[in-house]
Amino acid sequence: MEGYSEKVMDHFFNPRNVGVIEDANAIGEVGNARCGDIMKMYMTIKDNIIVDVKFQTFGCGAAVATSSMVTELIKGKTVEQALEISNKQVAEALDGLPPVKMHCSNLAESAVKAAIDDYKKKNDSNK
Amino acid sequence: MSKTVYLDNSATTKIHPEVVESMMPYLTQLYGNASSIYRIGRESRKAVDSARDLVAKALGATSSEIFFTSGGTEADNWAIKGIAFANEKKGKHIITTNIEHHAVLHTCQYLEKIGFEVTYLPVKENGIVDVKDLESAIRKDTILISVMFANNEIGTIQPIKEIGEIAKEKGIYFHTDAVQAIGNIPIDVNTLNIDLLSLSGHKFNGPKGVGALYIRRGVNITNLLHGGAQERTKRAGTENVAGIVGLGKAIEIATKDIERKSIYLTKLRDMTINKLLTTIPDTILNGDSIKRLPGNVNVCFKYIEGESILLMLDMKGIYASSGSACTSGSLDPSHVLLAIGLPHEIAHGSLRLTFSTENTKKDIEYLLDILPPIVERLREMSPLISKT
Repeated sequence: MEGYSEKVMDHFFNPRNVGVIEDANAIGEVGNARCGDIMKMYMTIKDNIIVDVKFQTFGCGAAVATSSMVTELIKGKTVEQALEISNKQVAEALDGLPPVKMHCSNLAESAVKAAIDDYKKKNDSNK
Repeated sequence: MSKTVYLDNSATTKIHPEVVESMMPYLTQLYGNASSIYRIGRESRKAVDSARDLVAKALGATSSEIFFTSGGTEADNWAIKGIAFANEKKGKHIITTNIEHHAVLHTCQYLEKIGFEVTYLPVKENGIVDVKDLESAIRKDTILISVMFANNEIGTIQPIKEIGEIAKEKGIYFHTDAVQAIGNIPIDVNTLNIDLLSLSGHKFNGPKGVGALYIRRGVNITNLLHGGAQERTKRAGTENVAGIVGLGKAIEIATKDIERKSIYLTKLRDMTINKLLTTIPDTILNGDSIKRLPGNVNVCFKYIEGESILLMLDMKGIYASSGSACTSGSLDPSHVLLAIGLPHEIAHGSLRLTFSTENTKKDIEYLLDILPPIVERLREMSPLISKT
């Protein structure tokens, strides 16, 4: 089997920002258990900035590593900047992923978008 | 990393030192083509014939019924396509199961594309075929029944004797993929009424790239490979002499002391299963608890995914396998785990441990130290747990 890069292994064994934010104002969940990948992302957004982000992931090494990496990439960024992060950037930041694992980086990108969608919906209904 | 514990003996096995020794002359001085007339050619021929005798003896067959192949996959392909093509005037229906190895399943699917009909028998929750289902699937145009001896993932042993009797009574050829069973279960092709049997050298401490197909005398079968006159004109291609010699030696060693080996492995297996089920919550045993290969453990840990478990075990020097989608390179988990009725999300969390006699109680204790915290750590990371 094609191996993972050292960076993927590092983020798999020492994932950054694992966990739950109890009073998160943005929560997104993507993937499904059927396919063996679920990412749930929790964010605290203040003044349009992602001040905190945590994740929970059910999935393979690449799923955990991309979750971890994407939280690093978006922490402290504005909502707009976070929305610009692409799956390709996540994969590149991990020094690449094996071709069969590229869908995991799609999932990471989608999880960020889902959480921000949730935030926008909540804000709209508050208006 | 110092300590390594190999618990993936259904994937492949470590080659036995005596097997290596038996092969060496044919990789060095005795390089002659077994079809050549001069001395080193004759030596090669003699070695191939002796290996054939050893394989025949292990199966209770005669030497003229053993044909060497490149491995289990070729043997399965040959058995199924060879019977199908030779007997299609009699009928175009084949019966197999939905837990076969892909070498059988994908061959059957190919035959379906070119006009054959295949019935894929389901298995019960314990991973064993119901003989009644087989009986009712038999049709007038059924030409072949192919049921594996023991399953490579969940280790379940199929009712081969009953199936053999039914096949014989109905006059239908019976093929069994015995790749996982050789060296673990005593096999006699005559008492079990087996017409064709596939085996693979590297599953019982022999070399990779060599296997054999047993074909009962009188069975009507076409060739898979066409070319030279090797294997009594049935299987073309220059003999893999060293591989064949190694296979012969390996099967001799593997079948010599099955009973003692089986008792040893069963003890390790049951100890592992009991410990895993009692110490790790939400753990499920896959496959029958008794009718399974002596060295096979297959469990699912709910809420987590198999590849993650394997990576963490690897980090600690423990080598195992899983039926999760990520380890198969597809989106679906193992077809065997789905066939025994597991939901997808649980099937993704499977772990297979397969032992050899080189494994000790100490290895298992090491595994049982390492594994529970891994499961716990992955569960802490899982979004599935908080939901339930």
